[in-house]
Amino acid sequence: MFPRNLLCLLSIALLVSPVTAAERSILLQSTTSTANSGLYNAILPQFEKETGIKVHVVAVGTGQAIKNAMNGDGDVLLVHAKPAEEKFVAEGYGVERFDVMYNDFIIVGPPTDPADTDGSRDAEAALRKIAETRSLFASRGDNSGTHKKEQALWKDTGIDPTADSGTWYRETGSGMGATLNAAVGMGAYTLTDRGTWISFRNKGDFQIVVEGDSRLFNQYGVILVNPARHPNVRKEDGQAFIDWIRGNKGQQAIADYKLDGQQLFFPNAK
Amino acid sequence: MQDFGGAFSLAFSLVLSADPSLLEIILLSLRVSLSAVLLACMIGLPLGTLIAMARFRGRSVALVVLNSLMGLPPVVVGLLIYLLLSNAGPLGWLQLLYTPAAMIVAQTVLIFPIIAALSREVVEQLHTEYAEQFRSLSVPTRQAAAALLWDARYSLLTVALAGFGRAVAEVGAVIIVGGNIDHLTRVMTTAIALETSKGDLGLALALGIVLLSISLSVNAAVMALRLTSARFAYA
Repeated sequence: MFPRNLLCLLSIALLVSPVTAAERSILLQSTTSTANSGLYNAILPQFEKETGIKVHVVAVGTGQAIKNAMNGDGDVLLVHAKPAEEKFVAEGYGVERFDVMYNDFIIVGPPTDPADTDGSRDAEAALRKIAETRSLFASRGDNSGTHKKEQALWKDTGIDPTADSGTWYRETGSGMGATLNAAVGMGAYTLTDRGTWISFRNKGDFQIVVEGDSRLFNQYGVILVNPARHPNVRKEDGQAFIDWIRGNKGQQAIADYKLDGQQLFFPNAK
Repeated sequence: MQDFGGAFSLAFSLVLSADPSLLEIILLSLRVSLSAVLLACMIGLPLGTLIAMARFRGRSVALVVLNSLMGLPPVVVGLLIYLLLSNAGPLGWLQLLYTPAAMIVAQTVLIFPIIAALSREVVEQLHTEYAEQFRSLSVPTRQAAAALLWDARYSLLTVALAGFGRAVAEVGAVIIVGGNIDHLTRVMTTAIALETSKGDLGLALALGIVLLSISLSVNAAVMALRLTSARFAYA
């Protein structure tokens, strides 16, 4: 019933149909926060139209994005963990790091606010209250940019929450979206970036409990993966993308992206 | 939960609207997983038949290993293939990472043990039945293997379907080696994972319903094929 030549034909059709396109493209290793918020869908078509270079985005946590770029699996890196980015460049994996845009982190929590943090502009004090009342706190626990920021904030408080890991301090080891789903599900506080929060669709009755602290500043940077280290890096097209996103058009496109009337990212390339 | 009813109607309207980006995702899912099943059968069926018919030292060890490989965690397979195909890995020069080809490779590795182990079971049972006849007619091994595979073809179709089911439903491997890149390597399961992470649970569930319907259609198509050919065979 399965004539052999039909089977062969079928397999060839399945395997050989356009797997790789001959178009110009770059691979952008980036974070879930930028991709999930819809920013790339809004700005990349403009770049693609102007230059004819298609941008393929791999959206993972900052830690994994940097790791992938270190392996040469990507042309450009756009993430948000400045110390880790500078280390990436210093170790010769990247050419140079540039500021692109910023937004801010916020702490969200259940409406009952068991740790009584509401309306606070002091992230450190809020975290201390959460720890003292042993209120549930969901941590990314995945070495992402957001996780690194959270660790830095805990360090300021002098509290080591990981000592209580598994009790009130819960490390999900997942992306921002999965962690927000978990936090909403179990009524836990969590740190998130504003872009992800605004675009997140499963907020339940959760609210922002801490915002506006200068320590919650969230800077994004862009780096060309070093072609001297990884010769396969498409440096001209990658550089074209970096020049565009730092230039007037790219910066304007970032500023123009709004969701529910709110601007999600603020361009600040120098 | 308010999501269930909404998800079903959303799934319906998604399919009815024939949204081009959804179609693209569905077609890629089918292309990747069907290709993986074909490749896995090309490796798994001969391997299963070989182990079914041959008697060699360490055969029971081989059986235990093969059977446990059926439980390969997709995320581990994804990681292994990533490390091989990465530009820092030994096969980086192939430039396959973040392409559908890499996803096909990962799913093939994931399901060929299932095809091999299950077909071994099927063929071995048949072989016990036929062994004496083969011996009395002194049928060459190669011919005997072909006869066994042919006579077991309907059970082997079910084996292939088991492999397809596993391939089309897994997310752990394809999300690592494919990268879930829009319009390039996004398949149904990675799209579902993405919508879940965006908190759009209704859309995620709707996509899940669409994926289930695809599995259902593939299974129904194979069943129809089987019934038609059986009718021809006895006509």
